[in-house]
Amino acid sequence: MTKTILAVDDSASMRQMVAFTLKGAGYEVIEAVDGQDALDKANHYKVNLVLTDINMPRMDGLKLLEMLRQLADYKSIPILMLTTESSNDIKAQGKAAGATGWLVKPFDPKRLLEVVHKVIG
Amino acid sequence: MSTDLEQFYEIFFEESSELLAEMEACLLGLDVSSPDLEDLNAIFRAAHSIKGGAGTFGFTDMTEMTHMLETLLDRLRKGELEVRSEMVDAFLRAGDVIKGQLAGHRGDGAADPVATAAVCEELRKFSEAIYASNETADITTVKITDSAEVKSITSEVNDATGAAALNVNPALTVFSIAFSNEGVSPRAMDNLLSNLGGMGSLEKLILSGDEQRSKLLLKTNSSEEDIWEALAFVVDPANLKIAAEILMSTDADTLTPDPTDEFEAVPSLSGPPYGFFPGAPAAPNDIENIENSAATTGSGRQVTSSHPVAQQKDDKAAATAAETSSIRVSIDKVDQMINLVGELVITQAMLAQTASQVDPVIYERLLSGMNQLERNTRDLQESVMSIRMMPISFVFSRYPRVVRDLAAKLNKQVELKTVGENTELDKGLIEKIADPLTHLVRNSLDHGIEIPEKRIVAGKSAKGTITLRAFHQGGSIVIEVCDDGAGLNREKILAKAKERGISLLDGMSDQEVWMLIFEAGFSTAEVITDVSGRGVGMDVVKRNIQSMGGRIEIDSAFGVGTRISIRLPLTLAILDGLSVAVGDQMFIVPLTYIIESLQPTASDIKTVSGHGCVVQVRGEYLPVIALHEIFNLRPHSTEIHNGILVILEAEGHKAAMFVDALIGQHQVVIKSLESNYRRVQGVSGATIMGDGKVALILDTAALVMASQKESVK
Amino acid sequence: MTQQQAATTEPVNNYASNMSNEFLTFRLGKEEYGMDILKVQEIRGYDAITQIANAPEFIKGVVNLRGIIVPIIDMRIKFMLGNAEYDQFTVVIILNVSGRVMGIVVDGVSDVISLGMDQMRPTPEFGSVIDTEYIMGLGTVEDRMLILIDIEKLMSSTDMGLIDQVIN
Repeated sequence: MTKTILAVDDSASMRQMVAFTLKGAGYEVIEAVDGQDALDKANHYKVNLVLTDINMPRMDGLKLLEMLRQLADYKSIPILMLTTESSNDIKAQGKAAGATGWLVKPFDPKRLLEVVHKVIG
Repeated sequence: MSTDLEQFYEIFFEESSELLAEMEACLLGLDVSSPDLEDLNAIFRAAHSIKGGAGTFGFTDMTEMTHMLETLLDRLRKGELEVRSEMVDAFLRAGDVIKGQLAGHRGDGAADPVATAAVCEELRKFSEAIYASNETADITTVKITDSAEVKSITSEVNDATGAAALNVNPALTVFSIAFSNEGVSPRAMDNLLSNLGGMGSLEKLILSGDEQRSKLLLKTNSSEEDIWEALAFVVDPANLKIAAEILMSTDADTLTPDPTDEFEAVPSLSGPPYGFFPGAPAAPNDIENIENSAATTGSGRQVTSSHPVAQQKDDKAAATAAETSSIRVSIDKVDQMINLVGELVITQAMLAQTASQVDPVIYERLLSGMNQLERNTRDLQESVMSIRMMPISFVFSRYPRVVRDLAAKLNKQVELKTVGENTELDKGLIEKIADPLTHLVRNSLDHGIEIPEKRIVAGKSAKGTITLRAFHQGGSIVIEVCDDGAGLNREKILAKAKERGISLLDGMSDQEVWMLIFEAGFSTAEVITDVSGRGVGMDVVKRNIQSMGGRIEIDSAFGVGTRISIRLPLTLAILDGLSVAVGDQMFIVPLTYIIESLQPTASDIKTVSGHGCVVQVRGEYLPVIALHEIFNLRPHSTEIHNGILVILEAEGHKAAMFVDALIGQHQVVIKSLESNYRRVQGVSGATIMGDGKVALILDTAALVMASQKESVK
Repeated sequence: MTQQQAATTEPVNNYASNMSNEFLTFRLGKEEYGMDILKVQEIRGYDAITQIANAPEFIKGVVNLRGIIVPIIDMRIKFMLGNAEYDQFTVVIILNVSGRVMGIVVDGVSDVISLGMDQMRPTPEFGSVIDTEYIMGLGTVEDRMLILIDIEKLMSSTDMGLIDQVIN
C-alpha cells in the first residue's frame, strides 16, 4: 500500500522539493503550509509519516508536534523535524514535544529519502 | 533517485524575493525604541527561510549572509541585545546584498562585493558587541557562527552523498564535547579519552563544582559523526553533546573558549545531519541498541540536551502573521481564463438575445434557465477577474525604503503615511504604476518637502509628511501622493514654462498652470539631480499614466502642500460603458466620463461663427462633439435637437457628444485593436457585443480635449 | 465555401525551409496569385464588419474572429481590380503573418497546389498590379501561370498601413 507523508513547510520551494522527491520515490504526499494547515489536514488524511519544519507562521512545528501527539491517530506514527536549527536546544524541545527524530536543513533529496526509508521503509 | 534541484530554483527565487520584501517592510516598520516581538520574529523567520532554501539549493553566498542575519536576529528576538537603528540600517543593507546575490543566481546582476564585505563586517561588529556585553561568553564566539556553517559544508564533502560539492578541504575543527560521567567506569573513561586522543589533540576542561560532567575540547579533522561513534557506546547519548566550535584553519590560536563558559550558551552548532530520539514514538528500531533505552532505540547519532532551555515561548510567539494557502499560477493561464470567460459572456448575451424573441409562456423553463445562466456567468466573470486583482500594498510597500533613503540623502525629515493599502487593482496596473508613483514620491520629497529649518520658519513641524492614499471611486481607483511641503508656485512655473518655450495661454487656471509641470521639456533640466532620478521628466510620468487609461490631477496651495491624484481604471480588461448609435455603427463610451445625457431643444444650440456648435446646458456653453463628423459616418439626422447629447467630462473640461441614440449600458471586455491593427484616433480599443459584432470604444478624454482646442480656436 | 474549407485542411508537406512549396491560389481581377499556405489560417465569408473611421478605403474595418479583433483589407480596392461587391460569395482569407492576424478580401480562392522547383521561375520584369518587390516568382502549372506573392512582406509594408510605424 502506498504510504502517505504529510510535508509541512512554509517555504514553498522546500515543500515542493520535498514533495517532488518523495512522490518520485512512490510516496503519497500531502503538503501543508504551516502548523495550523497541517493540523487541519492531519484530521482528514491517514498519514504514515509527518515531516515538519519548525519555524513557521501561525503555528510552529513544535506546537504542531504537541497537538499531533494528542490525536489518537498520531500517537505512534513517526514525526520528523526538518530544521536549520541544529542546536541541541531545538532538538531537546522537539523531543519533549514528541518528535521521532530530526533532519537538518540543508539536505539533499538523497538524504531525505535515506531518512524516510529508515523510518517507514 | 536523481532529483534535479534546478526545477525548484525559480520558485525559490520568487519566494526569496517575497521574503526579502517582507523583511524590509518589517524592518522599516520596526519601532526601534520598543520593537514588537512579532516583528522581530517575522524578520527572523524570513532570514531563516531564505537560509534554508539557499542551503538546500546550494546558493552558499546567500546562506552565509542570511546566517549572519539570522544569528543576530535570533539574539535580538530573545532579548539578548537591544535593537539599535544602526542595526536596522545594516539589516536593510544586508537585505540589499541578498537581493543582489539572488539576482546573480537568476542571471541578471550580482551583489556588490564591496557592499557585501562592508555589511558582513558590520553584522560581525554587532555580534561582537553582543558578546562583549555578555560576560559569560567569549568574544570570539562570533566566529563560531561562521565556522558552524563551514563545518556543515565540510561534513557534506565528507559525506559521499554530499551533492553540494564545494571546494572546501576537510579542515581542523574544534569540537566541544560534554557528557555525564554517570555510570561510566574509570577504565571505560580512560579508554574513551585515549580513543579520542588518537583522533586529534584533546584537552580536558575542568568544570567547577560538577564532578558528574566532563567537558572536552577535541581539535581534529575527523567528522563529528566519527566522534559520535567513539562516544555513543560508552556514554548515555541522552546526556551527550558534541558541538563544532571553531574552524582551525582560520583563527585557531586565538580561539580558546573561556572554560567558565556555560555549555548551553554556545549557539546553533551543527550536529549530525539527522537522527532519532531514543524512546520517541515510531523511531526506527533496526539500529543497534543502546543500553538504557527501554522500548525504542536510536543510532549512534542521537542527541538530546541534558539541559533543555525554556525558549519555547519565543517559538510559540513566532506563530503570528496569518498566511493563507495559495497556489501559483502563471498569469498567461489566468488571462486565458479571462478571455474564455469573456467569450462566455458574449455567447450568453447572444443566447439571451435570441431567447428574448420566443414566447415566454411556452418557453418558460428555457427563459428561467437563461436567467440563471446570466447570473452564473456574471458571478463567474467577477470571480475570474478578481484573480488578477492585487492589493496596492504591493506597490506602496516599496516606498518606506525610498523615502527613508532619500530623506537621509537630502537631510530632510519625512514621515510616510499610507492609507488604503488593501485597495485592489489589476496586476497589470500594479506593475505599471510602480515607476510613475516612485517618481512622484521622489518629486514630492525633493521639491515638495522643505528642509527642517525652513519648515520651522514657516511654522510647520520639522518633520514633513508624505501621504500615499488609494481608494475606489466609481469605476476607478484613485491613488494620491500628498505632501505638506512648500506647494507649487504659480509665478515660478509660468516663468519657467516661458523660459522653456512652452506655449502659454492667457488667463490659465491654477489647474492648467500646475499641469505645465507635466509638459515635455519642463522638468528635465532641474530634475536631473541624482535624486529625482535618471533624467526622466514628469512628462514621462504623465504619458505612462495615460497609457494605462488613467489621468493625473494636481491640487496645490502655496506654502501648504501639493496633492497629485492618479485616476486609473480598476482593471485593464473590463469597462462599464454606454453604447451609443451613430448611423449603423455602435460605439462604447466609458461610463466614467459621462455626466448625463439629454435631448436638447433647438434653442439651446448655438452655432459659433459658422463653424462648430455649442450647446447651453445648465447655464454653461459646451462644445459639441459631432461623432458622425469625426468618424465620417452618415447619421440618421444631422440636426442636434433630433438626437441625443451625452455630456462628458474629462481632465476638468466638459463637452457634449452628439449621437443618434443611446442603446444601453454594458460591462464590456476590452480588446486591443493594436494587436492586429494599429492605433486609431479617437478610439481607445474595441469590444465584442452580444451579437458578435465589434464595437469601438471611444477615447473620450482625447475627444473632449480635441473639442476644447477646437473651441479655443 | 465547403470546397474552400476543404482546401485549407489539406495536409501541408514538411519542408525544412520556412516556406512550404504549397500555395493557396486566389484570383484578383484577371490575374491568378499564389501564397504560402502556411501563412493562411482559415477562409471565411464576409460579414458583420465594423468600420474604422478615417481608415483608407481598402481597410474595410474589423471583425470578431473568436474573440480577437481582426482587420479586413479588400485587396480588390487596394489594387484597383474588379468590382468590390460584397455578397454571400465574397471570400476572406485569414492570414497569420508576423504574429498578426488579418483578413484579406479577394475575388475568389481556387485551390491548393504544390510546385516543384522546376515549376518556379524568377520574378519577371513585366508589370503586375502588385509591386515586384512583393513577388517571389512565377509558378506554372500546366497552362496556368501563378504570381507567387510574399504575403508577409506585403502585409507588413508601410504601404498597407496596418501596423503603427515606430517613428512618430
